Order: sequence, then C-alpha cells, then structure tokens
Amino acid sequence: MLEQIEVYCFSECESDKLVKLLEALYLVSSKVLGGIAGKYGDNRIIKLLFVNFEWVTKKPIFGCQMCGQCILHETGMSCPMGCPKEIRNGPCGGVRTDGSCELDPKMTCVWVTAWENSNKMRVFSQEINILQKPLDRRLKGTSAWINQSR
Amino acid sequence: MISQLHKRLDSGTFTVTAELTLPDSSEKDELVNTALKLSPYCDALNVTDATSAIPHFSSLAAASILLDNDIEPVMQISARDRNRIAIQGDVLGAHSLGIRNIFCITGDAVIAGDHPDAKPVFDLDSISMLAAINKMAKTGSFMSGRKITPKPTLFLGAAANPFAPPHDYRPHRTIKKWKAGASFFQTQFCFDIKAMERFSEKLVELSGGKPPPVLVGVGPLKSSRMAKWLRDNIAGVSVPDQIIERMDKYPRKEQAQVGLEISKETINDLKSIQGVAGIHIMAFKWEEAVKEIVEDSGLAKHKRLL
Repeated sequence: MLEQIEVYCFSECESDKLVKLLEALYLVSSKVLGGIAGKYGDNRIIKLLFVNFEWVTKKPIFGCQMCGQCILHETGMSCPMGCPKEIRNGPCGGVRTDGSCELDPKMTCVWVTAWENSNKMRVFSQEINILQKPLDRRLKGTSAWINQSR
Repeated sequence: MISQLHKRLDSGTFTVTAELTLPDSSEKDELVNTALKLSPYCDALNVTDATSAIPHFSSLAAASILLDNDIEPVMQISARDRNRIAIQGDVLGAHSLGIRNIFCITGDAVIAGDHPDAKPVFDLDSISMLAAINKMAKTGSFMSGRKITPKPTLFLGAAANPFAPPHDYRPHRTIKKWKAGASFFQTQFCFDIKAMERFSEKLVELSGGKPPPVLVGVGPLKSSRMAKWLRDNIAGVSVPDQIIERMDKYPRKEQAQVGLEISKETINDLKSIQGVAGIHIMAFKWEEAVKEIVEDSGLAKHKRLL
C-alpha cells in the first residue's frame, strides 16, 4: 500500500499530489477499516471508537458533517455536505463566475473542487457521474465506515 | 391526457415557454390577467415555486388555475421547502388536477430570500427528486415501494445552466438529470451564444446524437442598469461586457428597445444550434416584451397546439 501511495504522488504538481494522496488514503482506509468494521461493526465499543476516529480525522481534512453515507471518493474527495444546499448530485446553477459559492463568495463551490479533483484521480475519476441516492437521515452521526461494510 | 408541451417538443417545432411571476395576492385575478397576456405567445407557462426563497402564490394552485383558463402549465417544485413525503403527495394531487409538466429544481437557499430565519429542507436535491418522481410515473410506486393506482403520467423538466462554472461539467450534469428522468430542460439567461454552442455540442456527443430538448433562457434587458444588476446580484447569470457597452451607447429611454433587439438576435442565433428546441422567456413583469420578441422572431405563426 505504501508503494501505491508513492507511485501516486510521484512527479506531479502539488495539488495533483494531494488529490492522489487522498485517493490512496481512501483506498487504504476503506480496505483496512472496512475490513474491521465488517467483522466487528456490531460491537458497541468498536462503534464508539469508529465514530470518534472518523470525526477526528475527517472533520479537519474534509469538513465532515458525519452524514454517515460517505461518497468522498465519488466527488473528487470534496465533501458535498459542505454545500449550503447539501446537493449530492453536482453544482447548482448559482456558482459565481470565479467559481465561488452563490451564498458565500469566500468559499469555493465544493462541486467546482469536486470536478477539478475528479479529473486528476486515477481510480475514481468517472464516479462523479454516478446518480447519488437521497440521504438516509437516520444514519446521521453514525460511522460511514461501518455503514458501508453492511 | 398527455402533456401538450410533450407533444409540442416531440413534433420538433420551435417551442416557446415563459416564466410567470406569481403574485402576492390571496385572489387569482392578478395571476389570470398576467397569464392571459403571455399565453397567446407561448406554448406553456412556468409557475415558479417561491422563487428566490420569497413566498408567493402557490405553484400547485397557480398551475391548476392556468389549466382552468386553457393554458398549459409547467409546475415547478423546489426541494428547499418540501421533504420527500410532501413532494410525492403534491405530485399526485397535481396530476389529479390535470397537471402533467413538473419541473424539479433544488431552489435558492433560504438566506437568499426575505425569510432568512426559516428552516431549509433540502431533503432531496433536484436530481434525486427527478428520480423519485420518475419512479412514481414509470413503476407506479412511491420511493418506499408502496403502490399508486392508477400511476401518474408525467413529463418532467429540469434546469440547466451552461453559463456557470464548472463549465466542462455542466453537460455531464445535464445528462445525469436526463438519466434521472428529466425529459426537457430550461436554462438560465443566455447572453453568450458561444458558451451555449459548446454546451450543446457536448450534450449531443454525450447523448449519442439524440440530445434532450433544451429551451434556452431569454431575458429582455430593460436598461444597462438592469443588465449590471443581473450580472452582480443574480448568481449564475453571466452578462458579457459587450452587451452592457452596447446598451450604454444609447440614452436611457432607448435602451429597452436595444434590449429587445439583443433578445431577438439571440433567438435567431439559437435557432441554428443543434439540440436547442426553443426558448424560455423570463421577462420580469414586462409582458409586452414577450409579445414583441415572439412576433418579431417569426415564432407566432406556428401557433399553439392547444
């Protein structure tokens, strides 16, 4: 896996590197954590550990809102829950000319970032075209890693 | 009963729809009066759902009133104010009243309107709403799987904005909406023909040569001040500097006429773009402009199928 990360990051410009690093981290974490979650996800302690670990890691990096249904790798590692309208299927029509959000000019539209990053991804570049189902609101605050392994 | 707009678009004739500004009134007179001014020149009228997050007359009631006056409505539903339970119920109610065209839109955020303290819903987004309503029509069941008898016959529409970033992604997103169940599209104001051409070209390519019908947004500008206001205040609208410079060359009184000329030129250019099925006029309470634009563009003669 470390080799994979190295290959991903080799001789690319900085932002490209970051996207590929995040993509690689996703691959690793989904395998490792998904494996544990699949086996022990029903355990109360494991659940508690996963939820807290997920919050502590994904909140600072992606601004995770703990929707419990993570699709980061399908949206260029840019969290769609950061969109003020929580649109999970692409940008609304209100994106400003400079690519910022219609509601907050200081914030780049999460979908502008998602599209740019998707094009740089190796494995998941086409996933942005997947039709995302509506959120299951019951899963808010639970661990996406555990939910995905169900 | 099949949607008249559906028939019209299937026939391949250049189609004209317009946006109806819904009144702040508890009676229908104002609504009917405005609608009757527009309807002789349009194939269908869109009734908006609390546009800009400002409450107005209900789109469901307005659509029903239009039908009573022999006008084809396109009923807009915004995901901002209703959750999946309310949306599905409204769709059935609308169908029972004869409404066939439903336009799914995510909607402006509440902080854009005059009730910024309201609770935003956004349970679905425009695309998951399209998928849900399309399921009702195709399989005759709610999202939960529970049966609907008889199932509704619907013609679903959605918005497209070829003029906002990320430009390369816009055609892909339109195709996503198409796959989710949208059968026609209406766009944001078009002041940039080149951008529209690029969008359509990509749409043709992605759809395998059979793009869904797109009705391109046309808006007559009353003055250069209005053009600047639109550019600066309505997110997602792009007004090129040439348009503003052109209008600025004329005194204030003549600018409205220039605005109409620009709209007519736009329509003329749009006619030759593959995949453009017609226009969608948004004239903000300037009903006379719709008459002039439609008549002078030679669109009035192939009149309505209704």
